Amino acid sequence: MITLDRLTKSFGGSAQSAVDGLSLTINTGEICVLIGPSGCGKTTTMRMINRMVEPDSGRIEVGGRDVTKIDAVELRRSIGYVIQQVGLFPHMTIGENVATVPKMLGWDSARIAKRVDELLALVHMDPSIYRDRFPRELSGGQKQRIGVARALAADPPVMLMDEPFGAIDPITRARLQDEFLRILRELGKTIVFVTHDIDEAIRMGSRIAILRNGKVVQYDTPERILAHPADAFVEAFVGGDRSLKRLALLTAGPYVESGTPAAGAPHLPSTTPLRDALSAMLDAGVNEAGIVDAECKPLGRITLQTIQQAAAVARS
Amino acid sequence: MTWFLRNWPDVLFSLWEHIAISLTALIIAFALSLVIGVVAARREKLYGAVMTLSGLLYTIPTLAFLAFLIPVVGLGRTNAIITMVAFSLMILIRSVATGIREVPADIIDAARGMGMNKAQIMRRIELPLALPLIVAGLRVSAVTVISVTVVAAYVNAGGLGTLIFNGIASDHPAKIWTGALTVCLLSVIVDMGLALLERRLKNRRAA
Amino acid sequence: MLADAWNYVLTHPAQFYRALGVHVALSASALIIAALICIPAGIAVARRNGLSLAVVNVANIGRTLPSLAVLALVMPILGTGFTPALFALTLIALPPIVTHTIVGMRGVDADAVDAAIGMGMTRAALLWQVELPMAMPVIFAGLRTAAVQIISGAVLAAFIGGGGLGDFITAGIAMMAVPQLLVGAIPVALLALGTDFLFGALQRRMTPQGLRA
Repeated sequence: MITLDRLTKSFGGSAQSAVDGLSLTINTGEICVLIGPSGCGKTTTMRMINRMVEPDSGRIEVGGRDVTKIDAVELRRSIGYVIQQVGLFPHMTIGENVATVPKMLGWDSARIAKRVDELLALVHMDPSIYRDRFPRELSGGQKQRIGVARALAADPPVMLMDEPFGAIDPITRARLQDEFLRILRELGKTIVFVTHDIDEAIRMGSRIAILRNGKVVQYDTPERILAHPADAFVEAFVGGDRSLKRLALLTAGPYVESGTPAAGAPHLPSTTPLRDALSAMLDAGVNEAGIVDAECKPLGRITLQTIQQAAAVARS
Repeated sequence: MTWFLRNWPDVLFSLWEHIAISLTALIIAFALSLVIGVVAARREKLYGAVMTLSGLLYTIPTLAFLAFLIPVVGLGRTNAIITMVAFSLMILIRSVATGIREVPADIIDAARGMGMNKAQIMRRIELPLALPLIVAGLRVSAVTVISVTVVAAYVNAGGLGTLIFNGIASDHPAKIWTGALTVCLLSVIVDMGLALLERRLKNRRAA
Repeated sequence: MLADAWNYVLTHPAQFYRALGVHVALSASALIIAALICIPAGIAVARRNGLSLAVVNVANIGRTLPSLAVLALVMPILGTGFTPALFALTLIALPPIVTHTIVGMRGVDADAVDAAIGMGMTRAALLWQVELPMAMPVIFAGLRTAAVQIISGAVLAAFIGGGGLGDFITAGIAMMAVPQLLVGAIPVALLALGTDFLFGALQRRMTPQGLRA
């Protein structure tokens, strides 16, 4: 559980505060995405949580403890920290990189070795191959996996991630996002995730905080933000296709009705997002699609009307 | 101080000698290095050999180098100039060759695509773009040459070193100070001047 | 000629080895003292932008001063002999070591430093485990440059009574005796080349494996 209470921060000489009386509560096990235009204060806010930046005023509590009362170094060893450029230590092996925090905490070498291998396997990098390699031998995507592994090493309850997938090509990025969503949800970490990509926010966040000029404009689940943007700014920020974005969050399964689809209708698995079903119907020039299960056995059909109703229902 | 005021024509003369010797050596070295540097720039094996050899020779202490030449050319100005040309060559050939090599390949490609021949590319693209690095090399050479000239006074080459050696021999601190401080000033001014030139050239070529 | 030079060494062993010893002692001492001063100073200064720039600028001026001039300037104040020569040579070694230390420290990847602090490294751990290992190749290059410059300067120490192999060269010039000239010049050239080679090898050794190109 992380509580941010009326945080303020301005940087020398600037009249405009980077963070302006910002308050936010993040529940344990949630992924809270901070998003907003450049200069909105999202990275500054995140970096105040582990005191890489000290707030001018306000309180921050992590796990019920006021962070300003804890020694900064000790605090940081209990919070995972992942940045966009990763910052792997080039003169250390991958294994040594991952072992950094456990070593600082004084774990014995057997325990550290076991943990390193565990983590490398977790991020799908074969320990026997990668343990003794050096960062310069890795691709961008691999480096970021190691960055996350390194941050997870001491099993911190909280993780801070600053645009971790920003420097990676779009194809690898999508794959990494899925992988890490799965890992992080499984491990039950509380995550503060900064990004400027609204699609990434919708995909990764339990709740999204949209920031502007150092304040929170809206803080809610992706579905509710898409259905009820708080003001014109949020509406423009989430994009003109927000209904379609909402449909992407719903799958066909629950909306199947009985009946055989018309000729020429596409056949789609039940896990298909409604948005893709709509797209397939438009491609085929029909008003419905057949839905099949994992073994390609027909389950029924889904109609254009149902999709429209789904969009309308979600809006309320 | 009073010694200086009474004898400044002599100091000026030594300064003039110093500059004359240094400049002569530099000009010779620069001309030679342009030729050799251009030739070595794009020939891998020659470049490698030039870099290694110049690196090796540059490590030899100045006085030792002068000493090696004595059995060959004796004492005097010739000895000094040969030594200075040698040291400058080592630095300048490296600067010219490396400067040319560092010109981005895609710029050369564009030039060739436009129909320039090798000589034109060298004259209008490679050398101008290599200029900042060449001037950087000139800067180091100039300072080195001024330094060598000081020592060369011991083999009767003239220059401000003469004041220093005379001062040491006759235990005349004023002479030592004048000689040493003047040559230090000369060195710093030349270095700063060329640094300014280098910076100006770099700014004009910034992409 | 070479035969005569070799003969000279054989007939004056004590003189030769003493000169060699003084030369090496002067050089090594100057390098060690300069390193002990400049490396900690450089590390301390590297983090502050304004101060770094000022120090590097002053050091660059120092680099342009002719070695013999520096040696000569020291003489009227400190006299002649081993100690004044040592003082002057240490001064000559300060600029390259301090500039390389500052440049090396400032050149350390900022993201690695940010990640290290974010992970909870103390300032001391950051310095010893991250910054210094990553700056070491550059710092060592500075030591290498300084070493060669010192050996070269130590030859000139002969002019202010510092001893060393330069004595043979000055004697050889004074008496127009080529063997003596060579007895001074050849060993010192070999010494310089050898030191450069040694430091080069050490530099490669000291570059952490992950940083080697």
